[in-house]
Amino acid sequence: MYGYSGKILHIDLKTKKNWVETKPEEWYKIYIGGVSMASRLLWENITPGCDPLDDGNPICFANGIFTGTPVPVGGKFGLASKSPLTGFIGDSLSGSWFSIALKRAGWDGMVLHNSCDRWTQLFVDDDRVQFNDATYLLGKGTFETEEAIRTKLGDDQIRSCTIGPCGENLVRYANVTNDGRQAGRTGHGMLWGHKKLKAVSVRGSRGVKVFDPKTLNQLSYDISKSAQGKYTEKYRVYGTSTGLLNTNAMGVLPTRNFQEGVFEDAELVSGEYLDKHHKVKVIACAQCPIACEQMSMVKTGPFAGAMTGIEYESLFANSSNLGISDMRAAIKLITISDQDGMDSITMGVTIGWAMECYEKGILKKEDFASKAHPEGLELNFGNGDAAVAVAEMIRDQEGIGKLLAQGTRIASKVIDEERGTETYKWAVNTKGLESAGYDARTLKTFALGLATGTRGGCHNRSAAYDPDMKGETNRFTVDETRGRVAADSEEYAAVYDTLPLCKFIRRCFTGKADRAGAWPAIAKLINATTGWEFGYDEVDLIGVRACTIKKAFNIREGWTEKDDDLPWRWKHDPFTKGPSAGVIVTDEELEYMKDLYYKAKGWTEEGLIPKELLIKLGMPDVAEEIGV
Amino acid sequence: MATSTSKYAYIDCDPNLCVGCQLCEYICSFTKTGEYNSYRSRIRTVRVDEVLITAIACRTCENAPCVIVCPRDALTQDPVTGIIDINATKCDGCAWCIEACDFGAISINPQTTLAEICDQCKDEPDGPQCVKWCPKEALTLTTPDQRAQKTRRNLISESLNIPQKATDPK
Repeated sequence: MYGYSGKILHIDLKTKKNWVETKPEEWYKIYIGGVSMASRLLWENITPGCDPLDDGNPICFANGIFTGTPVPVGGKFGLASKSPLTGFIGDSLSGSWFSIALKRAGWDGMVLHNSCDRWTQLFVDDDRVQFNDATYLLGKGTFETEEAIRTKLGDDQIRSCTIGPCGENLVRYANVTNDGRQAGRTGHGMLWGHKKLKAVSVRGSRGVKVFDPKTLNQLSYDISKSAQGKYTEKYRVYGTSTGLLNTNAMGVLPTRNFQEGVFEDAELVSGEYLDKHHKVKVIACAQCPIACEQMSMVKTGPFAGAMTGIEYESLFANSSNLGISDMRAAIKLITISDQDGMDSITMGVTIGWAMECYEKGILKKEDFASKAHPEGLELNFGNGDAAVAVAEMIRDQEGIGKLLAQGTRIASKVIDEERGTETYKWAVNTKGLESAGYDARTLKTFALGLATGTRGGCHNRSAAYDPDMKGETNRFTVDETRGRVAADSEEYAAVYDTLPLCKFIRRCFTGKADRAGAWPAIAKLINATTGWEFGYDEVDLIGVRACTIKKAFNIREGWTEKDDDLPWRWKHDPFTKGPSAGVIVTDEELEYMKDLYYKAKGWTEEGLIPKELLIKLGMPDVAEEIGV
Repeated sequence: MATSTSKYAYIDCDPNLCVGCQLCEYICSFTKTGEYNSYRSRIRTVRVDEVLITAIACRTCENAPCVIVCPRDALTQDPVTGIIDINATKCDGCAWCIEACDFGAISINPQTTLAEICDQCKDEPDGPQCVKWCPKEALTLTTPDQRAQKTRRNLISESLNIPQKATDPK
């Protein structure tokens, strides 16, 4: 086999035994890599129905088909476990060196079973597996941990996935971090912390071979040069943050915990402002010729020295969404989330929920008392200093930080039960995952995408905000096309997440990002790497299969159609100002669109998957278990 | 850093332009071995911290210490180009050249355990492949004189606050 080793490494964290599983080429043709293969490995290795923090919930890594080759933006891997935040599939994607090291060590995937009995740094050194004591790493941030491991083991080619203090302290939305990139969103870090797994390090010293290197080099070279032009300009020059002024202009920029869709100080927290006042350097993931990571630093004030890469999603959650117009506080908040290892979107949205509770008098100043602030905090919208103090309390699980470390779904439930309040009405999450930076009240196809998303409300898994924002659909209303549009958007994104390729390359193949523009070019890359004979249809099926295995996983874990829902606020509470004022997604609209979506997918009215469809997709064993 | 570089051309990396993508390592190792493997690359990217990133290959020093120090005379320097040649039959992988090199530009091949060094792709018709592939044009084949000229030009444009290429839209 070319492009793959055919081998999956299994490690039992409890018995410290490891074994190798070989997979046939046909299996790879169905699941490919990234989130799809990681989800499949999870399907095969989890104890169905177990609690996310049980030993039966494994950690599954899956490499990419292009990882370790010069194919631009192909150095990525998928990570899957049952999510402690949602209780459903937790499939994340992260980029850079870790995946390449794993590939060079000879592993297409890795499954970690059970838990460690003490804090461990696992080291996969080509074929050798070592359990090292991680005591010296405890309390260290993510980047710091990686550096400390490289120093201790004496090789700067050693790459690590780590958790920061947030994972150690069991913040429910802690991330796993590698090479400054995050496998984010669904709380992998909490699971790792629970398993006492501080870091997984890999050294891979072998080369990667492909079927037709001459063709692959030429294709890669051309894409790499094309990626220096206008197709990626928005990512290279300002980064994704440049979208903030656009979402603001359309009235869909979440502001003050999604109460409004326009922020009066949007200019001050825009990508353009960031570029002018805070940018230090643009850096890239390994194997990426685009380079979009806008490393930005606070230069003045109490947060001087804080530096991290700023993206649109992190930025909205920690600026407009908190009413914060001081970019320095936003950068500090994002630096805490990145370096200490928690999800910046969920952190921001959770602090936004707490701010609204404070302004409505449900949480009081003294509720926010901590060692650093014994008198408490005035957590008004816009108070950056207080937000930073709360983020640190979340990280340290101090005082009310313990509650806020659970995310908005659990935190609102606890407060509502304790105080008889209705704070769930402004807990903006779907399936427990806090929503991304496109308010879906007036992006109705996207609302459908979020409601039906297998890992909850995620902009990476459903890109249906795109047709809504580009005017390809009427974003204020619903019609009979939406089921198909949402399904197409989800499956399109899943192709990239499975190969995986970063979506920012999508226009660089032919200038056109649609299926007709990208799929034939991607097929050529796959064929030159593996020697397979993929065409348009096979590439298209990659996405369908990825969505199917994730959905099948959720069904086996007890998903019902009621779980495909939207936050209360989007269904009842319209904006009062801006171009998106006065609109909500009604229950009728949502139910109508869900029916269209299930139909477009070829599922039953209850959203279950027919046996024959699963068999047709090459998943007979899945059909046996959950097919109807 | 001690050793002075010389009149010879070498592969230079501009740390302001380098984004750390490592495509130079991919294409170098492929050109020399037919595999993609950073451990076999003769140019190495260095990431000191999140933003301090560059790449290093042989600097073709005059009176190169690696050549002088080799106990088996396996290393020779081309008097015209300054390119160092390592004779694989003479080299026994003792790594004295690595100790002598002030730039960390020599590596041991993990398979053969012999030393390897950048030869500026002297056998490739279109020159150094890393320079050809670098997506940010951070790598150049340059002489110390040319490098000094570039530094002077950059200094002037920076002091006049003219936007640098790295942030300019193409």
